Amino acid sequence: MIMSQPAAHTEHFDATASKIGMWLFIFTELLLFGGLFIVYSVIRFSHQTAFHLAAEELDVVLGATNTGLLLLSSMTIAMSVSAIQFGHKRFTLILISTTILIGLIFLVNKYFEWSLKIEHGLYPGSATLQGLGNGDTLFFGLYFFMTGLHALHIIAGVSILGWVLARVASGKIHGTHFVHLENGALYWHLVDVIWIFLFPLFYLIS
Amino acid sequence: MAGNKTFIQEKETSDLINSHALTYMTIHQGSFYENHGKYKGIMAWITSTDHKRIGLLYLYSITSAFVLAAILGLLMKLELIAPGKTIMDARAYNGVFTLHGITMIFLVVIPGLPAVFGNFMLPLMIGARDVAFPRLNLFSWWLYVLGALVAISSQFMGGGPPDTGWTFYAPYSFRTGTNMLPAVMGAFILGFSSILTGLNFIVTIHRMRAPGMNWFKMPLFPWALYGTAWIQLLATPIVGITLLMVVGERLLHIGFFDPALGGDPVLYQHLFWIYSHPAVYIMILPAMGVISEILPTFARKPIFGYKAIIVSTMLIAIVGYFVWGHHMYTAGMSSTALIAFSFLTFLVAIPSAIKVFNWISTLYKGSIHLEPPFYWAASFLFVFMIGGLTGLILGSLATDMHVHDTAFVVAHFHYIIFGGVGFAFFGAIHYWFPKIFGRMYDKGWATIGWITFFAGFVTLYTPMFYLGIMGMPRRYFDYLPQFHGWNIVSSFGALILFAGLAIIITNLVRSARMGPIAETNPWGGSTLEWTIPSPPPLENFKEIPTVTRKPYDYSEIS
Repeated sequence: MIMSQPAAHTEHFDATASKIGMWLFIFTELLLFGGLFIVYSVIRFSHQTAFHLAAEELDVVLGATNTGLLLLSSMTIAMSVSAIQFGHKRFTLILISTTILIGLIFLVNKYFEWSLKIEHGLYPGSATLQGLGNGDTLFFGLYFFMTGLHALHIIAGVSILGWVLARVASGKIHGTHFVHLENGALYWHLVDVIWIFLFPLFYLIS
Repeated sequence: MAGNKTFIQEKETSDLINSHALTYMTIHQGSFYENHGKYKGIMAWITSTDHKRIGLLYLYSITSAFVLAAILGLLMKLELIAPGKTIMDARAYNGVFTLHGITMIFLVVIPGLPAVFGNFMLPLMIGARDVAFPRLNLFSWWLYVLGALVAISSQFMGGGPPDTGWTFYAPYSFRTGTNMLPAVMGAFILGFSSILTGLNFIVTIHRMRAPGMNWFKMPLFPWALYGTAWIQLLATPIVGITLLMVVGERLLHIGFFDPALGGDPVLYQHLFWIYSHPAVYIMILPAMGVISEILPTFARKPIFGYKAIIVSTMLIAIVGYFVWGHHMYTAGMSSTALIAFSFLTFLVAIPSAIKVFNWISTLYKGSIHLEPPFYWAASFLFVFMIGGLTGLILGSLATDMHVHDTAFVVAHFHYIIFGGVGFAFFGAIHYWFPKIFGRMYDKGWATIGWITFFAGFVTLYTPMFYLGIMGMPRRYFDYLPQFHGWNIVSSFGALILFAGLAIIITNLVRSARMGPIAETNPWGGSTLEWTIPSPPPLENFKEIPTVTRKPYDYSEIS
């Protein structure tokens, strides 16, 4: 064995490839939720009245606030992608941090919303829910499962943006090499778009 | 792998390094086996981002899983050699066929060809130095190993081995007391690994083809991988979320699929097959790609209907999404849905038939060289046609009612999947072996292994068609006395098949270490992987080639 040097694998970098990769990954994420949307529609179809009544238990104001927050965060992250290209590093950092902050506020809201529901005994497997009947059980089962999975995606998105923030701060992401920021932003938009569908499905349709 | 030739290469290389500064060119003298990177020993493999090393990691892990699952299959056949209990009881039998199914499907056949030969050969065949995301590629393998360990751990934890079969049908999958969670989570992680491999291949094919290699100069194995990758990417998330819902059912009792809570168990079957039917095309498309490489090489003739094969690959990938209902003819669907699914099932058979006609036309008036890879490819055609045509019996509504959930289905499935993917896998390893290991295997033993395996295969699975038509149900450890005769034949076939398998594996393992040094292009292949040394150097190509010819142009091959 003669090569003691690290294998000289030439660094291959292709920003377009990274972006295509991210888009493909977003397709899979959409289909992941797509499966849940199918289940939601089928179950909603067979339990229409119960879904209508159960939806009224949810706090539309809190849901709408969270929707507004996520839309705002999509704007700030989109602005950060422009800011880095104009070379405003400080402004980019502020915008990414704002996005992360909004993501965290979203989670805090979600925490209060969930705790309230759990306090009222509205959680999967609870005696209260079983007393209310199958439709309510399924509605809140889906509610916790889908918003829970979405919350996991928010956490993943915040982590990705945290990593991007560190790379911008250290100068690894800059005005001519910003595909990681762009991909992070794309992921954040995905998280946002999924919520845009979840919000009406659970809070508004009744 | 240090043979004489490689040793001389090593010596030359080290002389060069001594006399010159370490330049780009000198690194490229040795094969990728010698460039072990930062670490040595096993770490040089499991931390390597080289697509060739990752392909071999998959080869070794998948072969281990295959041998394990094949032994389980043999045990089942031994149980069925006589009515009543022979070597295991009903409970053990349920556990064995579940583990056999999970391992074969999720650990062997789905990743099989793309992960092993896709990883190793795709960059070589399109003239690239690596895949688009080498680190992601290594991560996929790690996920594969993690998923495999999680899935297999279900065998050893309290509650006992899972007993649902590989389909995890609701509501039994969340009612059974056995260890379903690790099995389901393992399958979920393996799905993630499959998605990332597919994603990597799509981007690689889009971005990294050598200059001049436009879409219609690309060989057919990369084309097949491309179609496969799209299915991996777009179908796997559905089974991912379905398995997560089963986890939700078991842990939180949400009720998606639980009739007691108002859920719908048939909905589970729909979701499961929305993935798992396209998944059989994840399995078979790369196999078809391998056959499309082997046949023209050994017929010394451009493949017949190159574009028709590409179009049929993409058609299979697309239409394959809309036929899942044919797994559920007896589960309760409207007759409109049944007829639509049956029609689409017949439709999806057409592109497969186009390929078969193209392959046979390729052989017509070809200058056929009888070598082991050719035997595998030719026998692939035989078993694939039997598997495919019996599939139409299952796709047609009236006949399916009779043979649904009988041994007939098992026979059809194994003819297509084991006969199709398995034969293509063995064909591929015999075809690319000299390129991968730089050594040639013993062709005599390879041929003996093939004929034994083939005879065993036909003896093992053909009786199951008859048993199915006679009414023997699948997944039972016991059967009525009138099924005894054919079961003896079938079990006997399993033993022959195992003898063949032992010969093949022994021959290949032995030859990888001691076989004669292989030439650059031992078969006279015309695709790019045959233009570089065997085994390939670390960065594959000294200079990225410019492609001007069609992939199956043999005019310049002696």
